[in-house]
Amino acid sequence: MFELVSQIFTDYTLRNVALGSAMLGVIGGVLGAFAMLRRQSLLGDVLAHAALPGICLAFILTGSKAPLILLLGGGLAGWLASLLVLAVLRNTRLPEDSALGVMLSSFFGFGIALLTFIQHGNNANQAGLDKFIFGQAATILASDVLNFIVLGGIALLVVGLLYKEFKLLSFDPGYAVSLGLPVRGLGTLLTSLTVLAVMVGLQTVGVVLMAAMLIAPAAAARQWTDRLGTMIWLSALFGAMAGVSGALISASRENLPTGPLVILSISAILLVSLFFAPLRGLVWDWARTRQNRRRIHLERLLLDAHVLHNHDVLTPQTLAERRRESVAMAQRHLEALRSLGWVQQSQKGLALTPAGDQKAHELEQAMRVLPRAKGEPPATFLGSNPS
Amino acid sequence: MIHTQSNPKALLSQSLAPLEVRDLTVAYREKPVLWDVDLQVPVGQLCAIVGPNGAGKSTLIKAVLGLIPKASGQVKFFGQTLVEARSRIGYVPQRGSVDWDFPTSVLDVVVMGLYGKLGWFRRPGKLERDAALRCLEQVSMSEFAGRQISQLSGGQQQRVFLARALAQDSDLYFMDEPFAGVDAVTEDAILRVLHELKEHGKTVVVVHHDLETVRAYFDHLTLLNVQVIASGPMDETFTPENLKRTYGERMIMVS
Repeated sequence: MFELVSQIFTDYTLRNVALGSAMLGVIGGVLGAFAMLRRQSLLGDVLAHAALPGICLAFILTGSKAPLILLLGGGLAGWLASLLVLAVLRNTRLPEDSALGVMLSSFFGFGIALLTFIQHGNNANQAGLDKFIFGQAATILASDVLNFIVLGGIALLVVGLLYKEFKLLSFDPGYAVSLGLPVRGLGTLLTSLTVLAVMVGLQTVGVVLMAAMLIAPAAAARQWTDRLGTMIWLSALFGAMAGVSGALISASRENLPTGPLVILSISAILLVSLFFAPLRGLVWDWARTRQNRRRIHLERLLLDAHVLHNHDVLTPQTLAERRRESVAMAQRHLEALRSLGWVQQSQKGLALTPAGDQKAHELEQAMRVLPRAKGEPPATFLGSNPS
Repeated sequence: MIHTQSNPKALLSQSLAPLEVRDLTVAYREKPVLWDVDLQVPVGQLCAIVGPNGAGKSTLIKAVLGLIPKASGQVKFFGQTLVEARSRIGYVPQRGSVDWDFPTSVLDVVVMGLYGKLGWFRRPGKLERDAALRCLEQVSMSEFAGRQISQLSGGQQQRVFLARALAQDSDLYFMDEPFAGVDAVTEDAILRVLHELKEHGKTVVVVHHDLETVRAYFDHLTLLNVQVIASGPMDETFTPENLKRTYGERMIMVS
């Protein structure tokens, strides 16, 4: 592994692939964060898929396979698709998911049709266009990395300059309008920047997998923080980590494709974040729920013991009767209360300790402010009889 | 409908009214939501807009502020257009209109009220955070400044939105249902702020839903049901006939 990492600096191909993937991770992470918060993650998927016909058309029109020309074609098509989606949403009654789904499949279908047409033509130069479907990171050259850095740099610079405006746009667009911000223009700008991210991703992960690079880093980052600034930095970091590790893993063996491994890496990061992030992680959620249940169970036990202690005698038998449980179970419950220091042995059997007594009083006070539920003393039942 | 006399004095005050709406019509597709609304709001008063569900109360505020397109009509603020008067107008949207799980803190949200003054590209600094803190103090929320907004109760969310509007330091405020579903503490805080604003000569237009409190809370009343049914000083406008015309015959009167 160390050998591989050091190869990043010496091996020309690996260095380009790792740099390209990392750049994709950073810009996808940053713009994906805004896309996610504006609930437009799927729009990213649409404009990634829509890039395919653009790439094909760019090739047909220019006959060139220069990456920048193809990327520009793809970006333009994706951009048009996103504008089309927004126009459809504004002017028709089509629900958002339908509009997105239809636009995605029709652009992608058109792209596949064009691709097949090109491949069956007698153009000897056509080989390799299909690499944009799933990406082929191994073909990334130093010149491509330079393109990525320029495209990504533009996007990051604009986000840096308009961070405050984009934040307000994502949180409360209505209020942004009331402050006089050109909300529609800002939204289009943010979508256009996402197109730049897609262009960076076309060679690496391809049009089909690109959406994951926009969604997963942001979703993972959201798990770890409640601050937008931190979330964006984390999202970029996660994206870059996935890019580099995807490149490294695919270089460690023959026949491992980079793009899908980058996606698998970011999925792994997302999975870990969903489970283990403090506060929002599922594991902590389960632990908290369990802890709460146990606490409530013990508190109810204590209250039952408190009633018996005051009005009857506290023995395993009386507790079992009151709680409608077996004597053995009641014995175990009393043991639990004793280990908490709430119950102790006295001359006439069991008794609440001062600490237990005080705790029970506190609980009763707290219960008083709760709204009364059904199934309390019979008197309430009669009283609440509907007239 | 209230017709203004055309003596010169009234005309002068008319041109400087904080809000003057003429012939405003708003339609979603075929159905008009607001029809030919004329409205004039007096300076330095607390003004309520009241009407049944679907009467177009929120739509009126949103159309006036340019959040949704108008089918026709003119709106003037202090005799100026919306663009000219923008910096003098503050807005408190319905709190249900945003995602409260957004990754940001209470103070950050209040600082957003200063984005208009900051202008393009400039980031808020200590000056803005201090100003926002003072606004949080006004709504008794300063101890929540660092909280993530998802941890707030409904009433606290409402107070944060109010503080954000206070940060704008406007002359005219629009508030969309600020009293809807809030606790007693928040209700008191909002009332206190409303009276402070009035003391400082500000004008406040509030969409309100509660007929029981409207008389006690506000000076000026507009009854709305697609059209303006009546608009004027509370005592003259809050009459059984007007309410019946707004809510329909079957309304149960509250004393």
